[in-house]
Amino acid sequence: MSGLEWVGVTLLIAGCFFYLAGTIGLLRFGDVHSRLHALTKADNLGLMLVCAALAVLSADWRIAALLVLVWLLGLLAATVSAHLIARHARRDGD
Amino acid sequence: MSQILGLAVLFLLLNLVAGLWRVARGPTGADRMLAALLFGSTTVAVLLIMAEWMAIPALRSVALLFVMLASIVTIAFFGLPVGDDER
Repeated sequence: MSGLEWVGVTLLIAGCFFYLAGTIGLLRFGDVHSRLHALTKADNLGLMLVCAALAVLSADWRIAALLVLVWLLGLLAATVSAHLIARHARRDGD
Repeated sequence: MSQILGLAVLFLLLNLVAGLWRVARGPTGADRMLAALLFGSTTVAVLLIMAEWMAIPALRSVALLFVMLASIVTIAFFGLPVGDDER
């Protein structure tokens, strides 16, 4: 493998690790707010690392731009969802 | 290289299966929506990796569509907040 591929694979493995961290947080943490905290941050970091890995591996500016767009939209979606879920959970008194 | 991408897809799909446990367990609706949030972000990553792995560029557009619709599910389930509910 070339040097660039090593960088890509390293980023991909790091991304998978953060996804794993998010899933473990979702399964193990005690209440809704902790789970929300673990899941949204870890998963979006994982998505960023996976997008960076794929941008490096594809070595194409247009694909890299699309991946950046996907990541930014992912951040927006996670923010909106996390806010609504937290608000709903608090209103339910959990 | 292609084996590594395949393993990454498999690993992320196993994450999804683990997330199903939270859907089954609950206990509140918010917990189940959290699992939906996990499914949203993980599916996007899986689709992006598969686009690179199988050399199907169209899957990137599918991933873009998924990520654009990801927050719609939560908004549809809980509704947008109305007015002053600072309590």
